[in-house]
Amino acid sequence: MNEMDNKWIGKNTIRPDGADKVTGRAEYAADTIMPGMIWGKVLRSPHPHATIKSINTKKAEELDGVFSVATSADCIDFPVDTPVILGIQDIRWMARNVLAKEKVLFHGHPIAAVAARTEEIAEKACELIEVEYDVHPWAIDIDDAIKPDAPILHDFIKFDGRPSNIAGTLEHKKGNVEEGFKDADIIIEKEFETAAVHQGYLETHACLVSVSPDDKTTIWSSSQGQFMVRAMTSFITGIPQSSIRAIPAEIGGGFGGKTIVYLEPVATILSKKSGRPVKMVMTREEVMRASGPTSASKSRVKIGATNNGKITAAQGTFYLQAGAFPGAPIRGAAGCCLAPYDIPNAHTFGYDVVSNRSKVAAYRAPGAPIGAYAVECVLDEVAEALKMCPLEFRLKNAAKEGTKAVHGPTYPVMGYVETLEACLSHPHYKAPLKKLQGRGYASGFWFNAGGESSAQVNITEDGNVVVTTGHPDIGGSRASIANITAELLGIDINRVSVIIGDTATIGFSNLTGGSRVLFASALVVTESTNQVIDILKDRASKIWNIDKEAIEWENGEARPAGDNAGKFKPLSLVELAEKATPTGGPIGAGHQVNTVGAEGGFATHICDVEVDVELGIARIIRYTAAQDVGKAIHPAYVEGQLQGGVVQGIGWALNEEYIYNKEGKLDNPGFLDYRIPVCSDLPMIDTILVEVPNPKHPQGVRGVGEVPIVPPLSAIANAIYNAIGTRFYSLPMSPPKVLEKISD
Amino acid sequence: MSEVKFVSPETLEQAVDEYSKSSKEGKTKILAGGTDLLVQIRSGASQPDTIIDIKNIKELKEISNYNGSYTIGAAVAGAVLDEEKDFGNNWPGVLEALRLIGSEQIQGRASLGGNLCNASPAGDSVPALIASGATVNVKGPEGERNMPIESFHAGPGKTNLKNGEIVVNFQFPKKQKHSGDAYIRMIPRTEMDIAVVGCAVNVTIENDKCVDARVALGAVAPTALLVEDASKALIGSNFEKDAVEKAALACEAACNPIDDKRGTVSYRKKVSKVLFKRALEKAIERAKRG
Amino acid sequence: MAKIQVKTKINGEETEFLCQPYDTVLDVLRRDLNMTGTKEVCSTGDCGACSITLDGRLVCSCLVLAAETEDKDIETIEGMAKNGKFNVLQKTFLEHAALQCGICTPGMLVAAKSLLEKNKNPTETEIRYWLAGNLCRCTGYDKIVKAVQAAAEEIRENA
Ligand SMILES: Cc1cc2nc3c(=O)[nH]c(=O)nc-3n(C[C@H](O)[C@H](O)[C@H](O)COP(=O)(O)OP(=O)(O)OC[C@H]3O[C@@H](n4cnc5c(N)ncnc54)[C@H](O)[C@@H]3O)c2cc1C
Ligand code: FES
Ligand code: FES
Repeated sequence: MNEMDNKWIGKNTIRPDGADKVTGRAEYAADTIMPGMIWGKVLRSPHPHATIKSINTKKAEELDGVFSVATSADCIDFPVDTPVILGIQDIRWMARNVLAKEKVLFHGHPIAAVAARTEEIAEKACELIEVEYDVHPWAIDIDDAIKPDAPILHDFIKFDGRPSNIAGTLEHKKGNVEEGFKDADIIIEKEFETAAVHQGYLETHACLVSVSPDDKTTIWSSSQGQFMVRAMTSFITGIPQSSIRAIPAEIGGGFGGKTIVYLEPVATILSKKSGRPVKMVMTREEVMRASGPTSASKSRVKIGATNNGKITAAQGTFYLQAGAFPGAPIRGAAGCCLAPYDIPNAHTFGYDVVSNRSKVAAYRAPGAPIGAYAVECVLDEVAEALKMCPLEFRLKNAAKEGTKAVHGPTYPVMGYVETLEACLSHPHYKAPLKKLQGRGYASGFWFNAGGESSAQVNITEDGNVVVTTGHPDIGGSRASIANITAELLGIDINRVSVIIGDTATIGFSNLTGGSRVLFASALVVTESTNQVIDILKDRASKIWNIDKEAIEWENGEARPAGDNAGKFKPLSLVELAEKATPTGGPIGAGHQVNTVGAEGGFATHICDVEVDVELGIARIIRYTAAQDVGKAIHPAYVEGQLQGGVVQGIGWALNEEYIYNKEGKLDNPGFLDYRIPVCSDLPMIDTILVEVPNPKHPQGVRGVGEVPIVPPLSAIANAIYNAIGTRFYSLPMSPPKVLEKISD
Repeated sequence: MSEVKFVSPETLEQAVDEYSKSSKEGKTKILAGGTDLLVQIRSGASQPDTIIDIKNIKELKEISNYNGSYTIGAAVAGAVLDEEKDFGNNWPGVLEALRLIGSEQIQGRASLGGNLCNASPAGDSVPALIASGATVNVKGPEGERNMPIESFHAGPGKTNLKNGEIVVNFQFPKKQKHSGDAYIRMIPRTEMDIAVVGCAVNVTIENDKCVDARVALGAVAPTALLVEDASKALIGSNFEKDAVEKAALACEAACNPIDDKRGTVSYRKKVSKVLFKRALEKAIERAKRG
Repeated sequence: MAKIQVKTKINGEETEFLCQPYDTVLDVLRRDLNMTGTKEVCSTGDCGACSITLDGRLVCSCLVLAAETEDKDIETIEGMAKNGKFNVLQKTFLEHAALQCGICTPGMLVAAKSLLEKNKNPTETEIRYWLAGNLCRCTGYDKIVKAVQAAAEEIRENA
């Protein structure tokens, strides 16, 4: 099909769920109610690190209005030394994160939960639970956790043969770095650190769970995957997956943070024990204290290049803090950081470090911004030493089709170079700067992902279309699916409705995450729709009594393929639907598959800052993000992904951080002091959508959601240097830190 | 929460009566805009058993101007005072300080009285009120009294109000000819933050000479400060560099801050000087205009 | 405990409810009146998701006691579309893709409407500062600001 002929793909249609969301009708998890519903609340650890000696829930159970109490004793027991892997999670840890078992490992760690007539009673009952602790010293920061005499979180985790808080490592190697550095004329090596930052989704975690006496369980919750909710709840409670129906409520943001469960298994236990539907809603403070931020990090990066600007070798070591349980996103840091470049010799190394903070959860391109921050800042220094334009320097070393990446694959067609060229030819690149203003550049990469996906496309009796997919829609994926379906069927977009099925109504579909959703669901929806078209042709062939092959589907109707096929008045979708029963019955098709062929995404950003050198404040005054998006099915929502990701990156770079006090407790568990960017902090975020279609996808889709958060940290650091001549190696570049360094 | 009482008296007398009576028996809280109080109730930091809503009391909601001297009710919300254009012409520094508090939503409720009585060292309107020379009228079981703003606070979260006393309104002096006030604060973002440092300056100029000056700082000590040494350095000067530098150093010297999640001691000290100079510049410009 | 009886007007409709002294308007809207269009995100005034107008003034419903609303006029997101028709802001938000997850949207719309009632021709800076108390983590605000600009333009054209 010719691009230009597209009627819906590439158009900014109104999203199917839009009307509900602008009128307040849309149901998020906290908006759901059930008759007889009671409220659950969680008792959380007052200590950052302690052994639980005993838990006595008797007084809580006896309080008037209390229906049930849950502790880890109500969960399936997963021995600490036997991995139970589910996707990238380990149920051993997940179970202990949901309700602490042997130990509490961070301030805010759930210990028990109560369901009661009201939230107030549940809270009061929590206070009546008696817990005896044996309090231990704690380690919050990476340095504290890896020093020789550090308090050990998990005795059985060994590194170099000794109990350690280093829970895992990962390594990528290409060529020979020692040799590579020998070939370099200039070598720059620097150390960096970043603070832990939270995804900052606005909707707090919430669920409503109803368990009947035969264990049939219904869960309404907001998550990035109803199937993940079902599986994890099943593991932890022992209720078989077939008995659990997980219904995806509208989700108020996740950014990776809702790819694991916190409340659902707890509410399930409370409901099972009380026989009542149980609703649980976290407060903002609980979200900040006990749901996963992403890692704090320390890293060291060394890059060597020749005088004519070719990188000869690169080396990176990244320590990422995992929080209470193993699982820091070292793969994203060590795997993505050098991906945009063609480097003959490289070695990256990642360490997964546990410490007494809440367990990290995925956050948009998990780990990748941390790796890119260090690498892209060093590249800026190398380019400066070589007196090269930072973009030209990147262009000279850019990975292309056929380049073997440091993290393994050999790249197919890809659009990294195009993002650099787009920036070089954008007016922003040449725009004049005033005093104390500066410009910075950086690139970024994310793997993107495919994975399991299911879809069902059904024709209604009146000849319209209902599409069901299995991935929760956070950023507008329903709109893109509607575009694709309307395009393929050749009908008006308003005749297509797209819904997200629950675990009982649609086949298994993996998480919304890793920029996989549109890639995967477009594949299965395309296949299902093509099957539907095939059925429609078949029905027309029956009506006309000609060969199916002699029929083509165009503009929403079946037509004879040519004069030879015979002369018939085309049959529209409506007409075929009317005749569905006599021609063979209901019309619909589904497809479920493990999708493959997701290809990486690249971006290059230009950022201008202005620095108030007397106060240490850096403000973003202009920003342009260029990204290879494959094919923008719904350009406005693609732009929205870029803009949202960039702004999260801006927050990470400038002001967001988890601040711990001397007692090992988070000191800023709310939006007043955990400073995500507000509207007045920002300029418009310009986007350049570079479209180099993914050859392995019917519409050319690549993921777009993760990449935009990768370059900002370093683009901003580089811009500040350009403005004032001071380099910063530690995030956030908050005013006190900036001023202190400038005044030195 | 056994028997929590909510009352909304319509006269000041009833309010004072209720306040002095109930605060003898338990924990009573006055409710103005509630933008501090409700957050404190929510976090458990405050658990009053009587809440007295003062927003139905006429005196506390009144804005009046008698011969150029303004009286502003303690419970008047920021967004409401903003609509009183003439007040802003007279006391742009006070208005901008009040308007910096929170978002537009917060402005629909937040009051000068609440900001003052909450007694946060970082309360934005307080330095501006001090610099303006405003006083506060207070009514209690023992009658009425008037206090300068700078002697209102006893420490972080503590006021010098006596049992049963309610802040009724703020009394502003008549604005001098060729005087101007200004307030500037430092926050990491552009909005929605608590001041790391705040500085208010109010100057009166005659023939290019500073004849009166009041300088106040916020968030750098247990309470907002009137920096008299800064005033002294300015009065009599032509705002020449030396005088301004001396006043700035007085600001820095007056600081007695703490290290906390919002800023360090050294940061606050440095910034107090910068903000003083910027606020001074703005105040001078305003003074020259009117 | 004795509950407080309150009579108030919500979206033009006389409404009566019983509440506890500590209950906020947000609690009553969401929990008791099942008007869940107004969102609860922080409960401390920091995010604006719970924005409503009270006697025409923009406020956070999480910072207003329900007991205070006797004889008041409350407007929520549910009252924004009139007679089954979108308000112009609702329309421009949809047209400009000004929402992703949509959890901030009701509060954003209520706040933006209150701005345009005061100022029909706001600058970009005025829009950005007016909406500074409405957090959005998904969009980076760009398209929200544009949708408000578009709505303002439409209002001016139709005036
Ligand atoms: C999101 C957010 C942002 C904020 N940003 C800022 C900011 O930038 N700068 C800043 O300074 N503050 C800020 N605040 C704090 C608060 O908004 C201000 O202190 C505000 O001025 C308080 O006024 P109020 O009328 O709401 O006070 P209330 O909460 O009603 O009262 C505050 C305290 O004063 C007492 N009180 C009130 N009025 C009287 C009276 N007349 N007599 C005796 N006692 C009284 C109350 O009992 C209570 O203890 C913010 C708050 C929030 C929620
Ligand atoms: S919920 Fe009211 S401001 Fe966030
Ligand atoms: S659209 Fe998700 S928070 Fe604004």
